[in-house]
Formats: sequence, structure tokens, C-alpha cells
Amino acid sequence: MSTMIAISGLAKTYEGGFEALKPVHLDIREGEIFALLGPNGAGKTTLISIVCGLVNASAGRVTVGGHDIVRNYREARALIGLVPQELTTEAFESVWNAVSFSRGLFGKPADPARIERILRDLSLWDKRDNRIMTLSGGMKRRLLIAKALSHEPRVLFLDEPTAGVDVELRRDMWQLVRGLQADGVTVILTTHYIEEAEEMADRIGVISRGEIILVEDKATLMHKLGRKQLSVHLQDPLAEVPATLGAWALERSDDGQILTYTYDAERHERGIGDLLNALSAAGIAYKDVNTTQSSLEDIFVSLVREKA
Amino acid sequence: MNLYAIRAIYRFEMARAWRTLTQSIISPVISTSLYFVVFGAAIGSRIPEVEGVSYGSFIVPGLMMLSLLTQSLSNASFGIYFPRFTGTIYEVLSAPVSYLEIVVSYVGAAATKSLILGVIILATAALFVPIRIEHPLWMVMFLVLTAVTFSLLGFIIGIWADGFEKLQLVPLLVVTPLAFLGGTFYSIKMLPPLWQTVTLFNPVVYLVSGFRWSFYGISDVSPTISLGMTLLFLLTCIAIVAWIFRTGYRLKP
Repeated sequence: MSTMIAISGLAKTYEGGFEALKPVHLDIREGEIFALLGPNGAGKTTLISIVCGLVNASAGRVTVGGHDIVRNYREARALIGLVPQELTTEAFESVWNAVSFSRGLFGKPADPARIERILRDLSLWDKRDNRIMTLSGGMKRRLLIAKALSHEPRVLFLDEPTAGVDVELRRDMWQLVRGLQADGVTVILTTHYIEEAEEMADRIGVISRGEIILVEDKATLMHKLGRKQLSVHLQDPLAEVPATLGAWALERSDDGQILTYTYDAERHERGIGDLLNALSAAGIAYKDVNTTQSSLEDIFVSLVREKA
Repeated sequence: MNLYAIRAIYRFEMARAWRTLTQSIISPVISTSLYFVVFGAAIGSRIPEVEGVSYGSFIVPGLMMLSLLTQSLSNASFGIYFPRFTGTIYEVLSAPVSYLEIVVSYVGAAATKSLILGVIILATAALFVPIRIEHPLWMVMFLVLTAVTFSLLGFIIGIWADGFEKLQLVPLLVVTPLAFLGGTFYSIKMLPPLWQTVTLFNPVVYLVSGFRWSFYGISDVSPTISLGMTLLFLLTCIAIVAWIFRTGYRLKP
């Protein structure tokens, strides 16, 4: 798969010295759904804003579809649709005019049939003549999506698309994103809802304090998710793991009280029984055993905390 | 050139003028009519002719300029400030449009509106006093140049302002006094010599004088100097706008 967005060494320090992005490297593949996951203030919106031309980068380079976002900004931006996080709309305009405006702004000739289709897809058709300020929050969110799609972008940025959105709209939005992907559109969404990333994304990137600390296929992450850990709490501390237990690659805690065995729940079902037998055979007494399963959330939290 | 974008922004801005018809057209026409009643009829009847032109007719070019200046400023500054205030500016900034295209469409729309207004005021004035235009081409040129220049200035103010208060500050504290002291209602030759010299530092003097010359062939300063000063002012505004976009001042952090 070819690269749609190439980000290299991208950094941003705001006036006043706040370092929002440390040099970031990231490649987004054409046609994928990429979820950028991170806590508030991690730099998600700054990253998107630079790619879309709303914020000047302090250093680094970005290309979209091979076009440099600074030197060939026209070609680059024509490919991009942006749905911002805030519900910023022209209060007094009608829905139809606002969406038509966006299409013109991005250099496309008027195409009423296409705008009708977009409005119908987003359940906005009945509201086409309404003034935007009369719309509900969810409808405004739909309108922002319609505006972003009006010029047939090849890349769609959704900045926190489901923040404050009801279940129905969230489901609609997920469906819409899958439809876009079927048309070959690359979708980048930021979120701090892990379930959303899990539900939607092909790949997941985790950003924290201006750094991308992990980029992984969702499948790989889910695999990690499938990993389980068995902790054996010992009666007496152990100075070192006996050689007879080498097959399990046990980790010994610093105080020697706990041995941890990491295993894939799907593949090595017999590992636990064998281990416990081996422990008894080695004369190691234990007082408690427990297993834990790491969720994406745990991985995320530990990654973010590690870096903090 | 992204002509679709220019057209989209221009039409959007013009549609805004239609929505705010009272504010953008009717109220300036009413206030100008009031000036005519007060200065033209009530006071003007006691003032003798100025250089062979009746006082009522004499103030028409000045009044047009006054409205043109203030309306260009408020149209253009509001047009760019409001999307900054609501946040909708994100769309324009993320679109494949050049800075030149942004300026052309916003300033073009603001200038168009004030030109329409200028013509309406001229028509209104013609109901009250006799008007003749000796140099129509010059008149149109001064009208367009002034509308564009002050729309540019308004655009600059709209970008500089970080609150509604500042948006009103420059028009109120700088432009209105300059316009009133710029010979709108009098010939600067009526002033004492010292004040005549001081007035020459007021750019509005050149606009009003040149514009009045295009009507009646009388002027305080030569029309060529008027044109030169107007162009100088225009170039200054263009330079500031160019700087704003090069640095991203108040638009891009």
C-alpha cells in the first residue's frame, strides 16, 4: 500500500514556549483508517492542524499524496477534508448554502446532485433550507462532516468526531467511515475513546505529550490484548529462577516474591498446568495465583504513564 | 487561480450583506439624509456659495466619502473578524486558496458593498440638491480606489482586533475624526493658515479634495497629488496585508 501522508521530523513549539509536538515521524497509508489515540493536550489537534494548514510547523516536513503541504499547498489541501473538533458553523447560513460554499472554496465546480447525495447520506436533506443555528448539536456535527466531504476529499480528518455525540449518530458515523474506506478514502480520526479506535481503525497510533509512542496494526494490538499474565505469589522469596523453569521465561519481581508468566491464552493452554506442576516439583511453595488480561486501555495507560 | 473559491467567498459575503440589509444599506442612507437636512438645508442656507458651488451641493462628495470610508472599514473588518471570532475561519485557512485570493474575495465584497452604498447616497443626494459631475471617469476611479483602500484597512483591523471593542476602536477614534476634519463639510481654505498646513497630514483631505474636484472642478490640493496620496495609502495597506499573511499574524499560530 502506498503512503498517503508522510510526516517527518514534525515539531511545534507555540509562542510562549509550549512544546506541543516533539519531532514526530508518521506515515499514513492510502485507504487505511488510522486512529490517533491520546489524552487531552497530547498534541493530536496540533498535528492535524499542521497537516491541514491551520498551524505553522516549527520544523519538519509533511507531504499529502506526495505534495508538500507548504510548497504545493494547493494540491495537498485539495485532497483533504477536515471535520474540526469544535462545532464551528456560520449561524445564519442555510445548510445547503454552507455545504455548497465549502465545495466552491475547495476549487470544485458546483454539483447539486452530489451535494444532495451527501446531505441525504447524513440525514440532513430535510434540513437543507434551515438556518444552521436552528440545528441541534448532532445535526451541526453532521453538517461539518457534509462540508468536509463536499469536495470529494481523498483524506478525511475527523478530530474527536464522537465527542458529545449520541449513540445513533456514532453508529451512523462509523458506517459512513466504512463507506468512505470502501471508496478508497484515507481516514484519520483522533479520539480518546479506546473502544472507538478498536471498533474502527486498521492501525492505531498513540500520542502522548507531543510524542508518538506507538504505532501498530490493530490486529497486532489485539494480539497483545489476547496476552495473559499469570502471577504466582510465593511463600518465600526466591533469589533466582531455577533452571528447571527456564522453559516458561518467568519474570521475577525485585523482591523475589512474585513470578510472572506471560502467555497467549489461545495457543498455550497447557502452559499453566505444566508450570504449576514444575513449581511443585522444584519445591517452590506458593500462596496465591492470579491471572490478568491486558486490555488496550491498560496498554494505553501504561504507555502514557511510562512516558510521563 | 482558484476562481471557484473567490466566487464562493464573494457570494457568501454578499449574501451576508443582504441578510443585514438594514444595517449595511438603510442605516447609512438615513444618516446621510440627516446630514443633508442639518447641514444642507438648516445650516447650509445661511452659508454662502463655496467657490461658486452652493453649500448643499458642495458637501455631497464629502458625504459620499464619509460613508464610503466608514462602511468600507466596518464591512471589511467585520467580514474577516466574525469568522475568526466564531472559528469558521478554519475552513478558509485549510482550503487550497492563496492569500491573494482570500484578500481579493473579502476585500472585493466589502468594496462592492460600499460602492453600491456610495451610488445610493449619490442618488439620494440628487433628490435634495443639484449635482453635476465634470470628470466622471476620475470620479469612478476615486470611488473605487477609496473603497478598495479602506476595505483593505478594514481587513487589517479585522485581523488585528482580538475583541469587538478593538473592532470599533480604530473607526471611532481615528477614522471618523480624520474624516470630519478632512474637509468633508468645508473647504480647508476656510481654515486659518496654520491649520491648513496641519490638515495636509490628514490622508482623508486628499481623498475628499480629489473626489470633489471630479464633481465640480474645485479642489483644495491638486487632483494629481490627491491621486498620488491615495495610491500611496493603498500600497501601504497592501504591504501590511502581505506582511500579515507572510507571518501568519493572528491567523496561524
